[in-house]
Amino acid sequence: MDYTATQSGSRQQANMRLRNSSMDGSDGSQLFEDTSRAGSGSQTGYRNQQAGPQAAGFPGQSLLSDPMSNLAMAYGSSLASQGREMVDKNLDRFIPISKLKYYFAVDTVYVGKKLGLLVFPYMHENWEVSYQQDTPVAPRFDVNAPDLYIPAMGFITYVLVAGLALGTQNRFSPELLGVQASSALVWLIMEVLAVLLSLYLVTVNTDLTTIDLLAFSGYKYVGMIVGVVAGLLFGKPAYYLSLLWCCVAIFVFMIRTLRLKLLSEAAAEGRLVRGARNQLRMYLTMSIAAAQPIFMYWLTYHLIR
Amino acid sequence: MAFTLYSLIQAAILCVNAVAVLHEERFLSKIGWGVDQSVGGFGDEPGIKVQLMNLVRSVRTVMRGGCPLHVYTNWLV
Repeated sequence: MDYTATQSGSRQQANMRLRNSSMDGSDGSQLFEDTSRAGSGSQTGYRNQQAGPQAAGFPGQSLLSDPMSNLAMAYGSSLASQGREMVDKNLDRFIPISKLKYYFAVDTVYVGKKLGLLVFPYMHENWEVSYQQDTPVAPRFDVNAPDLYIPAMGFITYVLVAGLALGTQNRFSPELLGVQASSALVWLIMEVLAVLLSLYLVTVNTDLTTIDLLAFSGYKYVGMIVGVVAGLLFGKPAYYLSLLWCCVAIFVFMIRTLRLKLLSEAAAEGRLVRGARNQLRMYLTMSIAAAQPIFMYWLTYHLIR
Repeated sequence: MAFTLYSLIQAAILCVNAVAVLHEERFLSKIGWGVDQSVGGFGDEPGIKVQLMNLVRSVRTVMRGGCPLHVYTNWLV
């Protein structure tokens, strides 16, 4: 009698947890479409791993017919959920996970448009990020918004392409992948820190966050990959030509994007505004944009011999 | 060229240490970077030099108050 009671009790618990998880999913992020709605009713509640063992329990009740093992499973899953809450809470202190989600809310159309913009920014007219009640719109709705998907993928692809390039010259060994990755990461961190320091010194009132700067600094990996792949396929002149094209493109892209964020309103519209402060901000924008081609060349020239 | 994360951490620690050991009386005031020389421009234009001086002063304050590694700065001051 109490055997069936514990069974139905655990089933109710599993249903409650599944329902809670789907509610969390729909409230927590309008950034992502919840495509798991169809699957959350069924046994594969992948969103909530703790429902997993219990969900697997009740179609095959003959498997886990022992009430003791049910109890043990319930206890273990509650321990796991406590541990996960603690990890989430502590991790959220260092890495703002909720803010990061905004930067990964991309879709294929946005990625395609943004890649095209990084390589050919000359025809694009409106560079302003559109806002929606004080918060910037998610990247999938606005091609001007910065994202972290392209920089992250670009970084990984750069490391792989570097390994490929070294392999074609018989200079490859698996440790070199790690060396390339950490080297590029260190340069990225130093660049972001340098930009942060110079923004602090010039006292610019801007709404650029650190993650925004990370995203903008990561956009140069796209140009680097294009250059290295062209150099691998067609030789050194093609590498120099494509790198030159991508350098100029990234320069224009950065200037047009940062102009709206760093300069004052009047200067951003193109009118000449005098004053030491505006000049300083203009120099800052130009030097941030000019640092990108330098890094692009520095990080790729040793790959093409 | 082969930078590692460890070399970055090393460089960062050495730079912060270098900023932390700048002496107030013996050095900074002599070159006009003392804390009493930063008050001047009110309004919205602190200027780069004032910002740098504030940065140096805050690094030194944080290093003095927090890390046991930098206890030796006490005898310098």
